[in-house]
Amino acid sequence: MDRMRRGLRALLSPPFAEPAPPVPAEAVALLARRLEAAGRARLGRSLAIRVVDTGSCGGCELELAALDGGAVHDLERFGLRFVESPRHADVLLVTGPVCRNLREAVELALGAMAAPRWVVAVGDCAVDGGVFKGSYAIEPGGAQASLPVDLVIPGCPPTPVQLLEGLLALIEAEDPPRRAEGSR
Amino acid sequence: MTAPDASAQPLATRLIRAGAPQGLRGGTAALPAERHLLATEAWAQLSVALAAEPALDLLALWAEPGQVHAAFLDHTAPALLLASTPAVAGALSESGTAAPCYPALSPARPAAAWFERMIRDLWGLEAQGGTDLRPWLDHGRWPVRTPLARPRPSLRPPGLPPHPEFLTVHGAGVRQIPLGPIRGRIAQAAELRLHTSGEAVLRAEHRLGHTHKGTLSLILGKSPRAAARFAARLAGDSTVAHAWAFAAAAEAAAGVAPPPRAQHLRALMLEVERIHNHLRDAAAMLAALGLERPATHCLALREGALRAAERAFGHRLMMDRVLPGGVAIDIAPSGPAAILAVLEAVEAAQPDLARLVREHGGLRARLAGLGSVDPALAARFAAGGVVGRASGRGFDARHAACAAPYDALPLLPPIVLDEAGDAAARLGLRIEELAGSARLARALLADLPAVGEGETMLMRPLPQGSDGQAGEGIGLVESFRGECLHWLRLDDGGLIVGAFLRDPSWLHWPLLEAAIAAGDVADLALCERSFNCSASGVDL
Repeated sequence: MDRMRRGLRALLSPPFAEPAPPVPAEAVALLARRLEAAGRARLGRSLAIRVVDTGSCGGCELELAALDGGAVHDLERFGLRFVESPRHADVLLVTGPVCRNLREAVELALGAMAAPRWVVAVGDCAVDGGVFKGSYAIEPGGAQASLPVDLVIPGCPPTPVQLLEGLLALIEAEDPPRRAEGSR
Repeated sequence: MTAPDASAQPLATRLIRAGAPQGLRGGTAALPAERHLLATEAWAQLSVALAAEPALDLLALWAEPGQVHAAFLDHTAPALLLASTPAVAGALSESGTAAPCYPALSPARPAAAWFERMIRDLWGLEAQGGTDLRPWLDHGRWPVRTPLARPRPSLRPPGLPPHPEFLTVHGAGVRQIPLGPIRGRIAQAAELRLHTSGEAVLRAEHRLGHTHKGTLSLILGKSPRAAARFAARLAGDSTVAHAWAFAAAAEAAAGVAPPPRAQHLRALMLEVERIHNHLRDAAAMLAALGLERPATHCLALREGALRAAERAFGHRLMMDRVLPGGVAIDIAPSGPAAILAVLEAVEAAQPDLARLVREHGGLRARLAGLGSVDPALAARFAAGGVVGRASGRGFDARHAACAAPYDALPLLPPIVLDEAGDAAARLGLRIEELAGSARLARALLADLPAVGEGETMLMRPLPQGSDGQAGEGIGLVESFRGECLHWLRLDDGGLIVGAFLRDPSWLHWPLLEAAIAAGDVADLALCERSFNCSASGVDL
């Protein structure tokens, strides 16, 4: 037990969490414009995320779980956290091409979320169906055709760092414009 | 191979072998594979004879337009025995149409029920005398019915999708708990209906098919190379295993052998995949038990494995790295060192993890007896992988088939078995197999064959167009969940005309239901994590 404790301490000694990736300025600008155009209330710098599998192969979930999992990325230091209920969520994050068998379920989840809210589509499947494009079993046109998507994070699957960049862009866009112009 | 003495064989095996051989390729010296065509009467006798021969495992059941195929594993004279029968026109239904049908196997093999429901939804063939006639993948939301039926699938008349039917439990104080398809914090889409009395679960039933993406319909008509990406995305966590099983089936059908170095690299990727998945499953269990420190340790090790995979093969999950004919990419010059560093870290942590699982009082108290699967039940469902081995079913495709490159290795890690069948046994085996995987990966790295002379790529072309020859092949690869079984039929132009991709989870979900139904509602999360079944792999 002692050896294990030592081993764990060596492994987990600070600073284990890696520095945050740079936030893509273009994505922030685009999201901020979306916010302004919609004239919607801002959420602040803490976002609760509800992940919904809309037909993914499980690859995107693996990378989301790698992002979530404990030490390496330490998601909560950014104010990001995954929640169980759509009623607690600010962000609906969908993975997969939107299977016809899941469309109603994801629409119900979206309907259960309070406004203001974001919809993030993750993975190449969510962009346009990805490799499954043209199948009878998926909704044509990717996630955008079925849901009001604000941000797409492509990749098959996107790496945890790519996912984190996209989610940090959301947080930055949530900053009130005055502060964004002044101090940054 | 010489056929074993026919009179000594049990009836079901004899019935299958009496059918006309169909020239299936893909068997090995240790595990020959053959397919026989049975007349409807012989198939009907088979479904009766199977009841008297429990040792003949049903691995899969699928169809083509007008034909049904079943894959069996014969333990006595190790062989993959495939049986096929034509579907014949059945009795007229109310609408005046006769659906083609075949005698059901589900009365003798309960695992066949889900396959039979899938066959009806995709190909429109009815299992006569089947134990369950409810729809499975088809939730009434596709624009077509029976999408794989030929000459063409029928259009679905507009209307609301039917309400799902679940098996019921009657009695005073029985409550239902509906869960899914959206569940957990980060979870796959699957529906679970519990019938409970107080805390005790009386019946658990899954309803899958939510993530059905029409994979089989997309594969048909393409070349194996073009279709490999669908196999790689059947279940993202076992992408290497599925891509390899698919490639092996395609190579067997086309009569092509990949370069030896490609075979070794495939096996190496497979072990890295097994390590990162076993670590994830162990971490999920430990976190649910409140043992956050070892759970985080496992996740940190897993992240190291994924990064080493990216360094070595250019992709964290090694997706699309295994292709029919070989591998897409050679290992990077810095790859072996990165993988060795991970193996070293895993081997250093493994004894402590094993001791934790063996000796931690709280863990033992919580997991002992939880989610127990009786060895007889595991054998009846032919459960592979950790789920089967934790209940005493000692099957591992790496040992059983002993295909390249395993036949050339000095020794394979032994099959670790447990008889307890509970969540503690499954967690213990996952930790045990980490050591075996690391040892095997080391051996593969040490023994990596050089690039063949005159070969610039680790890939051999598959015959196509006028070079092609018709044929069918089978591939069997041991993923971290169990054996992946892929079957392909190519036409004389080298294009796929028939395919089935069977994830090991097909035979695990029913056992998970039984395990949940034997416990309390509070055990559900631990029970599910100790199985870790794939929904996407089964949903096709």
